[in-house]
Amino acid sequence: MSLSKEKSPQVLKQPASYKLPLIIVNLICGFIMLFPLLYAVSIAFMPSSELFNMDLNLLPHNPTLENFNAALSKMPLGRFILNSFMVSLAITGGQIISCSLAAFAFSFLDFQGKDVLFMLIMATMMIPGEATIISNYLTVSAWQWLESYKVLIVPYLTSAMGIFLFRQFYQSFPRSLYEAARMDGCSNLRFIITILLPLTKPAIGAMAVYTFINAWNMFMWPLLVTSSENMRTVQIGISMLDSVDSKSLTMMIAGVVLIILPSLSIFILGQKQLIKGMFSGAVKG
Amino acid sequence: MKAWKKISPYFFVVPSLAIFVVFLFYPFFKTIYLSLYKTNNLGQAKLYVGLDNYREVLQSPSFHNSLKVTLIFVLIVVAVSMLMGLINALLCQKAFPGIRFFSTAYALPMSIASASAAMIFRLMLDPTVGIVNKLLGVNIAWIQDPKYALVSVALLTAWLNSGINFLYFSAGLTAIDESLYERASVDGANEWQKLFRITLPSLRPILFYTLVVNIILAFQSFGQVKILTSGGPGESTNLIVFSIYRNAFFNFRFGTAATESVILFFIIFLLTLLMFRSEKKTSIQR
Repeated sequence: MSLSKEKSPQVLKQPASYKLPLIIVNLICGFIMLFPLLYAVSIAFMPSSELFNMDLNLLPHNPTLENFNAALSKMPLGRFILNSFMVSLAITGGQIISCSLAAFAFSFLDFQGKDVLFMLIMATMMIPGEATIISNYLTVSAWQWLESYKVLIVPYLTSAMGIFLFRQFYQSFPRSLYEAARMDGCSNLRFIITILLPLTKPAIGAMAVYTFINAWNMFMWPLLVTSSENMRTVQIGISMLDSVDSKSLTMMIAGVVLIILPSLSIFILGQKQLIKGMFSGAVKG
Repeated sequence: MKAWKKISPYFFVVPSLAIFVVFLFYPFFKTIYLSLYKTNNLGQAKLYVGLDNYREVLQSPSFHNSLKVTLIFVLIVVAVSMLMGLINALLCQKAFPGIRFFSTAYALPMSIASASAAMIFRLMLDPTVGIVNKLLGVNIAWIQDPKYALVSVALLTAWLNSGINFLYFSAGLTAIDESLYERASVDGANEWQKLFRITLPSLRPILFYTLVVNIILAFQSFGQVKILTSGGPGESTNLIVFSIYRNAFFNFRFGTAATESVILFFIIFLLTLLMFRSEKKTSIQR
């Protein structure tokens, strides 16, 4: 407390001449970091004829929405976006449910093999997804699951990180509250739904942002298990279009801008939650 | 009733556990199993060959190349990406008007998909219409020239991973005791001295952790390689993960691909162990 009190006057005391260079350097650095995105947005509004000349064409002279129109009409972008939304929402919801249930058991209940089981689940973080992807592909193709929503969703319905994050939050939860609820005849499931989940909203928020973005950006698995345009998710759908022709470059970039928007907006909106969740776990752990 | 009390806790764990067993533990052991067999092109184990696959992979020039390019790739990605994250975090260490905008901008790349970023970079690096050549006034085929392809993909990956590094370093910076700076100011230290004597040494505890997370992250790059270079030109960007993909799904050599997967697992496993050990050490020191 005393620390923050000391800090704020010091910030005010700093002369403006000291801040100006800092702002300028930040403007330069920020511009460099955002350049790929700004450039993509600029190209998305550029008539494709303007792209193919030798000038330094950073900004469109005659901005147009034509590329966005083309992206939505000439390729099944709407379908890709719908697929990605369904898959990402299902994965996010599923992970929140399965991870909070497991984390609840690991923090409030006693059962045989609890510690071993928890260690086992944490150990899965050491197995990179790429090391299991071949066998997983062989499994789901033997089950004839290819080209379906379930093949995109089911393997991702839980996560060791999610269980760890929720457990971390639950451990600071007063145990007496749980015991009191149990004494009053509240079932475990009711305790989770009516008391635990509402009180751990920050953790759920962090988890939702993180999981949704990861699911939306998923690439390798959907590339392997889907091949029809109907089942493709955004990242695969767009990148498979490169076979069209070079004239449609601007249309492709417009498509990329459209599919970046959802994950970007969720990140900007949920940033605070995400950071809080990420680091409260890390600090306490 | 008593039996129920004993069994019921497991119901809460079963949904997660079932997924882990079917899609993580089982395929993990199956991958090890496959790596000991010659497979047909449907991925069925046909002939037990012991460690022959390992001998073959570890002696093949193609895998040596994959190891070499992966190492160079990881080095460039980790160095550039951590430096970007550190600089951006230092720029946001002190409050200034607009700090919220800039800290969002610096963290932003973590929300961008490798595939989307690769599409944008492909246009930026295009030899004729690309903005990079125009700005630099050069005529380089960044992606088509084996000399530049790996660096190009690595720089793209560094940009993608810099967002999370910004967050790690920012968290590290806020943990530094403000009074250290005040005392240094009283002693007449300038900004550079503060940076090298206080700020950077204070980041040491999180530095190693961040480093290992970065290495693991870089090892797993796939989307950008697939979209930008497909492992080429030649095999100049044939990273281990891409080589696994290529062996399994283009050459249908599932046994070889499984072997490479096991080797990849061991590399990542060792790095993770190292990370946990360093975490213990730093916490003991403190």
